[in-house]
Amino acid sequence: MTDGPELPLWAALITSALLLAGAAFTLIGAIGLVRLKLFYDRVHAPTLGATLGATLILIASMLTFSVLQSRFVGHEILLGAFMLLTTPVTFILLVRAALYRDRAESNQNVPPMD
Amino acid sequence: MSGLILGYALLAAQLMLGLAMALAVWRIVRGPRAQDRVLGLDTLYVNALLMMVTFGIRTGSTLYFEAALVIGLLGFASTVALAKFLMRGEVIE
Repeated sequence: MTDGPELPLWAALITSALLLAGAAFTLIGAIGLVRLKLFYDRVHAPTLGATLGATLILIASMLTFSVLQSRFVGHEILLGAFMLLTTPVTFILLVRAALYRDRAESNQNVPPMD
Repeated sequence: MSGLILGYALLAAQLMLGLAMALAVWRIVRGPRAQDRVLGLDTLYVNALLMMVTFGIRTGSTLYFEAALVIGLLGFASTVALAKFLMRGEVIE
């Protein structure tokens, strides 16, 4: 049950290291999402998982499928490029909305103008 | 031998990603405000997408990659729609 695909040893070692590093970065991002105090601090944490964690795990997947099928398999690039493009867009929209709501209620803890 | 190494690395990575998803759910439940919940939802779908990719590595099948692509597309659309709703009170004006 715990068996993965049978790769050559070098590919298995590289894939394992990339997977563990990527998952660890994602977990650190999620811990930051829970631990940080302000919303404007918390926005920064999950981007660690969406950029570095996703990149490392997708490279691991590319390596596995390339070795398994003995040819270059690059469809993970599509997913990686899509995530790298969409994450900043969603977070900019979300933070603009949060700023608007906080200023409309004249909340404290809002980053200063300009 | 190499399958065993990769299997345990996959197991550890999936446990870490599962814990990250649980933390994102905790942020959705606790809030405290709507924007925090949307942020938690965004983190949850990114982690689920990465989990799908690790399942794809374990089984050696590209079907999971397509599931991950669908999760990415729908998650992006839903987060943008929720952010728009928080900003204006309506999604499509």
